[in-house]
Amino acid sequence: MLADALLLQLGYNATLVALGAGLLGIASGVAGTFLFLRKRALVSDAISHATLPGVGLAFVVMVAMGGEGRSLFGLLLGAGVSAALGLLCVQWLSRRTRLGEDAAIGAVLSVFFGFGVVMLTVIQTMNAGRQAGLEGFLLGSTAGMLRGDAILLAVSAAAVLALVMILRRPLALAAFDPGYAEATGWSLPRIDLAMMGIVLVVTVVGLKVVGLILIVALLIIPAVTARFWTERADHVVIIAGGVGGLSGYVGAAVSATAPALPTGPIVVLVGFGIFLFSLLFSPRRGVLASVLTHLRYQRRVHVRQGLLALAQGQPIYEALTRRLLARSGLILPDGVPTSEGQAAASKALLDETRWAIVRGDQAYALAATRYDGLTPIETVLTRDQLLEVDGKITAPRGLV
Amino acid sequence: MMGAEFVALSFPPILIGVLVAVACALPGNFLLLRGQALIGDAISHVVLPGIVVAFLLTGLVATGPMLLGAAGAAVIAVVAIEAVRRLGRIESGAAMGVIFTAMFAGGVLLLEQSDTSNVHLDVEHALYGNLESLIWLDAVGWASLFDPVALAGLPVELPRMALALVVIALFLCLFWRPLALSTFDEGFARGLGIRTGALGLALVIMSAIAAVAAFDAVGSIIVIAMFICPPAAARMMTNRLGHQVAWSVLFAALAAVLGYVLAGYGPLWIGASASVSAAGMIATVSGIILALAAVAGPHRTRNG
Repeated sequence: MLADALLLQLGYNATLVALGAGLLGIASGVAGTFLFLRKRALVSDAISHATLPGVGLAFVVMVAMGGEGRSLFGLLLGAGVSAALGLLCVQWLSRRTRLGEDAAIGAVLSVFFGFGVVMLTVIQTMNAGRQAGLEGFLLGSTAGMLRGDAILLAVSAAAVLALVMILRRPLALAAFDPGYAEATGWSLPRIDLAMMGIVLVVTVVGLKVVGLILIVALLIIPAVTARFWTERADHVVIIAGGVGGLSGYVGAAVSATAPALPTGPIVVLVGFGIFLFSLLFSPRRGVLASVLTHLRYQRRVHVRQGLLALAQGQPIYEALTRRLLARSGLILPDGVPTSEGQAAASKALLDETRWAIVRGDQAYALAATRYDGLTPIETVLTRDQLLEVDGKITAPRGLV
Repeated sequence: MMGAEFVALSFPPILIGVLVAVACALPGNFLLLRGQALIGDAISHVVLPGIVVAFLLTGLVATGPMLLGAAGAAVIAVVAIEAVRRLGRIESGAAMGVIFTAMFAGGVLLLEQSDTSNVHLDVEHALYGNLESLIWLDAVGWASLFDPVALAGLPVELPRMALALVVIALFLCLFWRPLALSTFDEGFARGLGIRTGALGLALVIMSAIAAVAAFDAVGSIIVIAMFICPPAAARMMTNRLGHQVAWSVLFAALAAVLGYVLAGYGPLWIGASASVSAAGMIATVSGIILALAAVAGPHRTRNG
């Protein structure tokens, strides 16, 4: 069943939904990346909540003008206008008053959403029944997606991708080095405006698929996930688009397999699954990788300290050190060093002696900063410098 | 308007609204000053899965398990946000966004999966609450306020909310000095031997108590608004912490009373027949108060 869904074998409507959600995922992953890199991820929260009063007001206006009030384009237009207004409020509050951006975001999202709820109750009291569908903007209602909606999604996704392609350089500059961006002639407020415009489009279009509360997840989660896999800005954008697209596509396909699996939450949870996997297993920044690095470091310290103890003829009591040394064949089970162990121990002691001289001599001040008790000195000094250092070893110490 | 009908139908919801607003605004002052204003937003989103899980485990729509579930979810969320922030080396706003949206999505999914449609547990209820329904049928007039039999019929949300407010107010009174110190100069506070980490966690727990107690009665939207808007408006009025807290209490109470009255009676004044969402209107009024303070407050700019 799931395989059928993933291979688009569940019929016309399910196919539309899966493709539409996938496209939305790509667009939101790409747009959200710049928001995340600019450290303004939660601005999307304010934008999305601020769409609700616009949806309500647009409905009321369309009914008042004698229309039916359910035209998707009209509703989305209202959503876009009120979201832009909310965004302006966030900007104004955080620039012109003493409130921080987080407080501005919280204030705008709660007040706009509250007013939106008021509008929804107003609509409920108008001719009941006709408002059906407006509630879908809260949590998304993909099941009723029509061909026109899917085309709207596809066009918007393509527009977002094209815009990002054109603007990728200023966007990345603003995210990583705003000072440099301004110094080279870019207008930071304009770049931010463009970025917010892109996010606004994605948010408004995404209302239909995942709803206004969960679209925030699609903007944030793929970007955060992508950050685990690369250090390069352009790669973050591509990976985030991929993660978002995958979440949207797989999520929509999974939700098509059973009636009680709402699309929005499933899409978000698929994305969260990919995020968790990345958090744990990404090769460089993942939890597993850092645990392994830590263990490796711990071992090196233990072996090093053990070798130094051997060189000075001291017994080793620490169990882990003994085990590590024995496993690498440097000592026998009873603690007596093997010939390899003796050689390694002398080498370690020589290293320490050389380091001690380097650290005590102003001439090597730069090299001395590299001392961490583990780095072999040959990797820091040249052969000639080493000879010079060795010349300063006054009397042989220990096993040297 | 101030007769027997008012006591039975409007007095309890207004009082509960005021209690909720003040209970949220009090810790909100400190959250705002510490740059943690969005904690209220995060907590109010993650309360949903907690309540659904509690319902699924016990099969009851009872207060005890729900409060426990919600509080548990809030604690899990705070821990998870901190874990993502540290383990993944991710900026706190993004970490918060990842966790609270995922938990909210989980809550909605569980809600759809389980057959909860016959109990009053649905997403809209969780968002808007239903302040208007908290009526006091035993009241026959103002005299009922002194009648123990009638008082027993008060909505249970009222004493619960009052208790939460007392707990929060006590916490702030007892820890006022250390809280203020660690809010403005964390390093100095730590130097004095104040355990700032524990204090910060206690503040978040107090906020969670306020959010959870308010959630069932009035929904989550009003909670977020009350955590931020009254303290933010108060911040524009004064430079002194004590005065700011007092202003925020005033603004919160004002928003609750005005919002409720506007929602209940406003549509009637302009000739419409039905009332609108009280929680939504209270949030809206708090926003208007904030807007006025941002435009005209004596201390509205950063150095003014």
